[in-house]
Amino acid sequence: MADILTMGMDVGSTTSKCLILRGGKDIAASALIPAGTGTSGPRRALEEALEKAGLKREDMVCVTATGYGRATFPGADYTVSELSCHALGAHALDGEAKTVIDIGGQDAKALCLGPEGKLLRFLMNDKCAAGTGRFLEVMARVLEKDVSDLAEMDALAAGMTPISSTCTVFAESEVISQLAKGADLCDLVKGIHRSVAVRTASLMHRLGVEAPVAMTGGVARNAGVVRALEKELGTPIRVSPLAQLAGALGAAIYGWRKQGERE
Amino acid sequence: MSEEKKNAKTVLRELQDRIAQDAWDAKKRGEKVGWCASNFPQEITTAMGISVVYPENMGAAVGAKGGGQRMCEHAEGLGYSADLCSYARINLAYTDLKECPELEIPFPDFLLCCNNICNCMIKWYENLALELDIPLILIDIPHLEEESCDADRVKYIRAQFDDCIARLEAITGKKMDYDRLREVMAISQRSSRAWLRAVGTMANVPSPFSGFDIFNNMAVACVGRGTVEAAEAFELLADEYEALAREGRSSFKGEEKYRILFEGIACWANLRTTYKALQSRGINLTATVYGPAFSFLYQNLDELMAAYALVPNCNCFERELELRVRDGLQNKVDGAVFHMNRSCKKWSGNLYEMERQFREKTGVPTVIFDGDQSDPRCFSEAQYETRIEALTEIMEAGKGAGRNG
Repeated sequence: MADILTMGMDVGSTTSKCLILRGGKDIAASALIPAGTGTSGPRRALEEALEKAGLKREDMVCVTATGYGRATFPGADYTVSELSCHALGAHALDGEAKTVIDIGGQDAKALCLGPEGKLLRFLMNDKCAAGTGRFLEVMARVLEKDVSDLAEMDALAAGMTPISSTCTVFAESEVISQLAKGADLCDLVKGIHRSVAVRTASLMHRLGVEAPVAMTGGVARNAGVVRALEKELGTPIRVSPLAQLAGALGAAIYGWRKQGERE
Repeated sequence: MSEEKKNAKTVLRELQDRIAQDAWDAKKRGEKVGWCASNFPQEITTAMGISVVYPENMGAAVGAKGGGQRMCEHAEGLGYSADLCSYARINLAYTDLKECPELEIPFPDFLLCCNNICNCMIKWYENLALELDIPLILIDIPHLEEESCDADRVKYIRAQFDDCIARLEAITGKKMDYDRLREVMAISQRSSRAWLRAVGTMANVPSPFSGFDIFNNMAVACVGRGTVEAAEAFELLADEYEALAREGRSSFKGEEKYRILFEGIACWANLRTTYKALQSRGINLTATVYGPAFSFLYQNLDELMAAYALVPNCNCFERELELRVRDGLQNKVDGAVFHMNRSCKKWSGNLYEMERQFREKTGVPTVIFDGDQSDPRCFSEAQYETRIEALTEIMEAGKGAGRNG
């Protein structure tokens, strides 16, 4: 069991993440491709991770697929919901975390963890895309910025221009009208982040927030959203540098545990 | 005349078809036919021999047969908001189009509305009365904040009950026979007790039947419980379920690995998808408010008034919660699925809090999904699948530690 290789494949709506785990603990390689389910992303992520590790797919004892496109990923030995995988992954990245926020491309999740990363309960956003990664992408496009620029712009904001609409389309119109009025771009970004934070915080409050709180998923890379959420929740949020890989990591751990049960 | 004994499912389906046909036949004979709200005291019309049909049932059937979106879009084209109940939109579209390939019901000569199921319904029926230029009889049942229905409320409802009879006599030319009313009340009690006996078998492990069957059988419980045929059909159903339970057998396909409470109206337009995602994982529905919802227990006319005030949708939050918690615990659920039904303001308005308190009081994992009773545009199959899969994983993990509760 110590040296066996398991692969976790997180096929998201906007990105594909692949992670190879040695002995259920050490990350041998990982890859992240900004193209999700239904694209070449999953295949490319898999190939890149294998290449980095100098391994072949046959070297994997098992492959566990998770994420929005988990059911369509070819050749997976296991498919597991991203809820369970993010819980496992978040626990592996931060063993103390009790509550996890995961904001991905098209959904937001609040998870309550038990011992060993066991998922105790969860809540997800409703069908609306507000408060998700997609929401931020749409807003960045309106501002003619890359989504990766938003965190820095937020840090430079002197004030905040509030965005009140929760609908992505209406919020887009609101941002456009604020731009037309000459609102400061950084202040607008801060307002956008706050609107994401308020929506996510309501999900968290319904679930019950127990510290320490960790954040996973692509949006965790945006320090502006993290700061806004910390303010709304009134508690610090821990973010691992591998936060976006938490789902793939959890999937690889799941596969490793399953192998353990078999042996 | 000998006839092979039919099972309850067949008897109920045939009875439902016959009740629908009776309304068409009455219409053809020139009798007055009504459209009626699902929780309206059916004892009145059954005792008077007046045929009524149920637009809510039509909305469910049209949704299940794939016509929901088309009808809803037509209603929206007429100017009705997409935020309105999809049963209302389907019915309002039918009122305008006068046809619906999935299911048609005879057009009404009068309307019977009762707001113990939903207050929005009043506006729907008022609109119908205006559009069709026909009389509307409303029985207003105030929302219950207390544990029981007090004498003043009974008096208030009784006055409307009596007024309704007088108005129906004038509209239809049929007289109320109070001996017949007492008989219908007795038959309704028989039906209700049999219905409760049938759904009560869900407490067995395994449950003797697939809980989604309730969504099919409740149509007769709603429209025909004052008839001897319905009482006999439900007694047959209860007998069948009890026999299966005694033998430890079940009509649920596959092993019953998990038991859940399903909260809310079914997603008729996505019934197969919502069912398969559960059934394929060995999840059986063993608790739903529809179990107790169509049982109206009373001994006399005053108690009948109170019974119609004590229906689930007419109650305060605390009673509604208690009903579900009790049902969930009695029927040994491992989890619960809450349907955020975009159509139903009454049901979705307090759903988040209902889910939170249910989860805390029962200790079982829960999940909420977005959907609609008959408008398929509000449902996302992928989101539903993910939520059910995660719920299953939690229930599976919890099995090692024994049942919660």
